[in-house]
Amino acid sequence: MTWLSVAFKNLARKKVRSLLTIGGVAIAVAVLVSLLGFDAGYQRALTGNIDKMGYQVLVTAKGCPYEAATLMLQGGGGLRYMDEAIYEKIVKDPRVEKITPQLVATAFDKERQGGQGGVVLYMGIDPSYLALKPWATFKTGGWFSGDEADEAIMGYEVAELEQRLPGDQIFIPNLNKVLKVVGIFNRTGTQDDGVIFLPLRTAQRIFGLPGKLTGIGIKLKDLGTLGDFEEDLYNEPGIQVISMAQVKGTIFNLIASARTMTNAVALIAVVIAVIGVINTILMSVFERTKEIGVMKAIGASRLDIFRIIWMETTLICLIGGIAGDMMAIAGTHAVEFILRRVLPYAPSGQLVFITLRLLGISFIGAVIMGLIAGIYPAFRASSMRPVEAIRLGD
Amino acid sequence: MDDILIKAENISKVYRLPAEVIRAVRDVDLEIRAGEFIAIMGPSGSGKTTLLDILGCLDRISSGKLGILGRDVSRLKESSLVGIRRGNMGFVFQDFLLIPTLTALENVELPLLFARLPSGRRKAIGLLQKVGLGHRMGHLPKQLSGGERQRVAIARALVTSPKILFADEPTGNLDTKSGDQVFHILKGLNQKDGLTIVLTTHNNKLGSQAGRLVYLKDGSVVPREESSLYA
Repeated sequence: MTWLSVAFKNLARKKVRSLLTIGGVAIAVAVLVSLLGFDAGYQRALTGNIDKMGYQVLVTAKGCPYEAATLMLQGGGGLRYMDEAIYEKIVKDPRVEKITPQLVATAFDKERQGGQGGVVLYMGIDPSYLALKPWATFKTGGWFSGDEADEAIMGYEVAELEQRLPGDQIFIPNLNKVLKVVGIFNRTGTQDDGVIFLPLRTAQRIFGLPGKLTGIGIKLKDLGTLGDFEEDLYNEPGIQVISMAQVKGTIFNLIASARTMTNAVALIAVVIAVIGVINTILMSVFERTKEIGVMKAIGASRLDIFRIIWMETTLICLIGGIAGDMMAIAGTHAVEFILRRVLPYAPSGQLVFITLRLLGISFIGAVIMGLIAGIYPAFRASSMRPVEAIRLGD
Repeated sequence: MDDILIKAENISKVYRLPAEVIRAVRDVDLEIRAGEFIAIMGPSGSGKTTLLDILGCLDRISSGKLGILGRDVSRLKESSLVGIRRGNMGFVFQDFLLIPTLTALENVELPLLFARLPSGRRKAIGLLQKVGLGHRMGHLPKQLSGGERQRVAIARALVTSPKILFADEPTGNLDTKSGDQVFHILKGLNQKDGLTIVLTTHNNKLGSQAGRLVYLKDGSVVPREESSLYA
């Protein structure tokens, strides 16, 4: 016989009550792990997405910086255009190491998403695009045959979705335009996987935007010159300069606000679980007043009783912690699925990133929660005087 | 004088309630020697259980002096009293008070856990066999009859080899046959093993078999004739 077996058998006495309490702890831990996992995963995915854009600076038509950020990350709606002349000017700047012009356009395809319809993203690019994104390699096929060819290179996911291979044709809805697929990019884990790329000139012609661009991606030779570079472009009419650091900062600031809220939710869940545990153990202590008196009569010290009750609380939280970790792992895909539906913008990549460290911390947190929750009930139980507990426990 | 295990001098126990003051035990003088079999008798409310609790260090006195094994315990706190109970005293209660989640064997082993004597399983088994429950060791209390439960309680009280066994109405909740069995075991423990036993009982027949009778009336020790008027 061990202390642990005594404590465990006490918990097993009221199975439903113990299981419900363990369930409460498990849910709190699962919520905590999922939220912290989401926090870490979202930042990681977003950082990965932004870093994989390949450029440090984006020049866009003047407008809301958040809209510009959206534009960069997913092509966004309500696009603004600038004259290509600005590209010709910037490309000569000696501070620029690499530069690529882009024209983003969208078309609504009513056949998408099982007939619900969806937006198809097109991007006009030139060969400089590959220089800025060396990871954009071909799974099959290759580059366009000419600057104005009616050809397309498909991102990995959109090619999978539309079941296209080089040599196949794709149809641009509303424009009645047919393009020939010449290449398919390997998966990059970014929004580019969902984009159909066209030669820049072809895109300008097909979408009726000759001489127009939506963005210019730029990599500077020295990022320290960004301030001066931005200053110099400040006076150019109709454009704005956005650094990726700015975008990251802006989005992370938004996330930080949301994080405060999610942390509050997690904290509430934990507090409710702790109260539940205290309530359960306290009820159990009151029900066992007589037994505790007997234990004291037959030799249990205050510390012994404290230990048994404390162990019961810790056991509940320990089992709840393990169950919560397992629930969080098992529910990762479901949480990610819901988040992608709910969030206005979700970067590609794993949104809920649960690490062993996070699981370990939450597990230890659950045990600490048990130790804290157990103090009061254990104190109450250990403070009982044997004769009073035995005689008044009926 | 060395064989005096308990010496109570003019001890009293007073309960101060909001509406009244109850003197449960009044000015009791009592000596209990090693090997004695003492039955405390008296009508309901006479203070038998309170006196037993005090002698067993489960409760504290309000006044007087109580010596246990030569040590004055009158003013000791619960944290010190538990050390005196552990190993020196065993308890048997009227309603058995076994731990319902533990088997008969585990119930008997429990005091060993508290006494930090983890290797006493064999002794616990031996005691259960001694009280005739070798075949019921794995049963939970709810699977045992009243008599069997009380026999488990006796084994539990003996497992730490106490010097004194206190039994509060040990046959009070048992039928005659089971009561006789339990009393027979207690008597055997006293006569064969020399264990000091102090019990309370309403049962005149059982009380008359004890080595010494102590009669209580209104918390005071009185001659038998006076107590029997209220029995």
